[in-house]
Amino acid sequence: MNQIIKKIRMLEKKNNQKDMTKINNTKAETSRQMVVLNVYRANTHRNDLPRVEKFQIPVQRWMTVLDALLFAKSYLDSSIAIRYSCRMASCGSCGMKINGVPKLACYTKISELQGNTITCEPLSNFPHIRDLVTDFSQFFEHHKEMAPFIHNNNADIKDENKLSEFKQTPQDVDNYLQFSYCIKCGLCYSACPTVATDTKFPGPQALSQAYRYYADTRDDLSNRRLNAVDGKHGIWRCHFAGSCSKVCPKGVDPALGIQLLRGHIMGYSRNENKIAKLRDPT
Amino acid sequence: MADTISHDLIIIGSGLAGLRAAISAASTHDSLNIAVVAKVQVMRSHSVSAEGGTAAVIFEEEGDNKESHIYDTIKGSDFLADQDVAELLVRSMPFEIYQLEHWGMPWSRRENGRIDQRKFGGYSFPRATYAQDKVGFYEMQTLYDTCLKYDNIHFYNEWFCTSILSDAKDFRGVTAIEMKSGDFVKFKAPAGIICTGGAGRIYSFSTYAYSSTPDGLDMAYRAGLALKDMEFVQFHPTGILPSGILITEGARGEGGYLINNQGERFMKKYAPTKLELASRDVVSRAMMREIQEGRGFKHESGVDCLKIDLSHLGEDNIKKRLAGIREIGIKFSGIDVIEEPIEIRPVCHYMMGGIHTNINGATEMTGLWAAGEAACNSLHGANRLGANSTSECLVWGRITGRLAAEYAVDHPSVSSISQHQVIEEEKRIYDGLFRSRGQVNPYEIRKELTDTMDAKAHIFRNEKDLAEGLKKVRHLKQQAWKHVDDHAKEYNTNFINVMEIDSMLRTAEIVLAGAFNRRESRGAHARTDYPNRDDINFLKHTIGYLTTQEPKMSWHPVTFTRYAPMERKY
Repeated sequence: MNQIIKKIRMLEKKNNQKDMTKINNTKAETSRQMVVLNVYRANTHRNDLPRVEKFQIPVQRWMTVLDALLFAKSYLDSSIAIRYSCRMASCGSCGMKINGVPKLACYTKISELQGNTITCEPLSNFPHIRDLVTDFSQFFEHHKEMAPFIHNNNADIKDENKLSEFKQTPQDVDNYLQFSYCIKCGLCYSACPTVATDTKFPGPQALSQAYRYYADTRDDLSNRRLNAVDGKHGIWRCHFAGSCSKVCPKGVDPALGIQLLRGHIMGYSRNENKIAKLRDPT
Repeated sequence: MADTISHDLIIIGSGLAGLRAAISAASTHDSLNIAVVAKVQVMRSHSVSAEGGTAAVIFEEEGDNKESHIYDTIKGSDFLADQDVAELLVRSMPFEIYQLEHWGMPWSRRENGRIDQRKFGGYSFPRATYAQDKVGFYEMQTLYDTCLKYDNIHFYNEWFCTSILSDAKDFRGVTAIEMKSGDFVKFKAPAGIICTGGAGRIYSFSTYAYSSTPDGLDMAYRAGLALKDMEFVQFHPTGILPSGILITEGARGEGGYLINNQGERFMKKYAPTKLELASRDVVSRAMMREIQEGRGFKHESGVDCLKIDLSHLGEDNIKKRLAGIREIGIKFSGIDVIEEPIEIRPVCHYMMGGIHTNINGATEMTGLWAAGEAACNSLHGANRLGANSTSECLVWGRITGRLAAEYAVDHPSVSSISQHQVIEEEKRIYDGLFRSRGQVNPYEIRKELTDTMDAKAHIFRNEKDLAEGLKKVRHLKQQAWKHVDDHAKEYNTNFINVMEIDSMLRTAEIVLAGAFNRRESRGAHARTDYPNRDDINFLKHTIGYLTTQEPKMSWHPVTFTRYAPMERKY
């Protein structure tokens, strides 16, 4: 466990450094009056040939790519199909490829991008529906296959009014917390070269969730969680390209989750005594 | 003719209340066939953006007590809360905190392993249970993941419900459009729960997601159900500019200061005891006064604002407990709150009003319940306390889920769906909106509507503004804006937007009508022409029904069980 904590601490340090680059980027941002927004258009159900449409967008200082797309939708062409909701990088709706890289449109400012042209395309590795919208059914299924919920045979966790608590120290929480900040936006899944060649591979999102529940002291599935990802299309298909972690907008590191899971499969065994028991809170 | 999909229970909306209701119903009866139908995919609902905390009394041995939470809630409501409802919330909440904990919620912990709590506005004890500053997100994740344990919960992602089907006063189902295919379908079920959240997108400067439009409220309103207390709109003190994205009240709970252009902590003039942690209506009014009296800052976008200073809290503390806020500040305002104060302004954040329900979330229609922000069970009265809304979603999600499940078991088959209603609804949306030939851009109408609400029904209101607002909204309704330029069936968000705008216009009208009628100042509703609370004439809930003309307004009594109204001081 100590090793894991060390790794997470290192990761936090790395993230903090990333934050600092973010701040510096903000200060060095470019300002432009107008940009050209290239939007991928096609209705797959109608067998449309994909085309790219160009929109001239007047730029304001804090404008995001989502703002630009919604400007186009409101005033230039209301038929652009796009999925969006919270505009604050919490809901995970607006994942798309922006200048070729999977990003959240609401979390990408125009000023961060180089050049006067911004190209928006649907995410790779997801079946296409229309324009910038893709089908997430398979992705959600992979998540579900991981049995992403607390399983504990020795504790009564049914939906009944009970005052009892699994005690967890802040360190216990840290062991899984960063992996539970996954917003299911699908950017990692889109960037993963293994998913591109094997749709049965659960992908970085699902695998990191398997680790998230494995690492939680309230869960007792232990080796069964490891066995579930140890198959032909499982965790060994990952060849550690690391692109999942690079594109994650929330600083989750799915590649680290996958490596930690592999480590446990290879030999570390979980100390069963670490599994928490329900107790009276006081 | 539209296809029919049958279930025992339909839950409309997949936010906190909807998911909590689904688990509650699924675990009541494992044979029950439950549908969760939502216009967004699961985990995209705006509940994920709730930041600061969930209120509950869990440290009685350290001095907290349930009576205090009940009193704080009622006082916060400016005595318009139904007091039995506040009591039910407070007594139920501790169980919900531990229930989530059993299901994997990453509550922030104390060193000894126990769940931690933080300070929040309007409370006499630190009782906001938190998970960093991403409480709603983690609650949603915990509930969604737990839903996946149940084979009898079926998710319909991106299905937009358009109307309620009923037989006299009995719920029968809903009509909906599957966005992916564009197909129009009927859902048939003996029981339903509306959990579609608030309507804050009727304002321009708003913390809400783009998807937070009043579709669910309007469905109920069109089905003849009352909307209650709609004039009470909460303005949260701290939204960043220009986006309106929320800075959690937890930032003040952790010790953040609000400052004016003199560098002064101005709240000491308005709430000498609680300062920044007075209730939200009090803080937001104080901020508007500071701005009106010339002590505000000018944001580069030209908007007046104030600042919140967190820099004295220290880097470690901010990174540990307010990491999300720091991320938001850096990304959306270009400011690192560790280093400098960030510009903020009061922002539309919550609707105290909603679909009129009783203490158990039952609507006026048999077989139909409402829970969460969409409902008005009169928990919050005229002003909600921070951290009481996620609590409300959990408690009434559970209650309505259980009651609706029991009702569905007792009423297993829905005899008939009125074909007439289905045909009328098809006419309304396809002939009235989709194929209509309006000339005016609906998105322009939306912009005019939300700007009108910002200008005429904001924190301080008066008769002249409200009358002008009503006139303007009625004028916008009459304009020839109804049309959909996108003629494709598949994933037609232009069509969805037009239906949303249609519901926004009706909902805005009833907010204005309620505000116009309430000639007093209470909680979040502050009238400059009637600056005092008037318990003789207005200690009652506003009720509004849809008619073909103007909304029909009436009143509904407040339930008192423990506290007589008194003046609020913080």
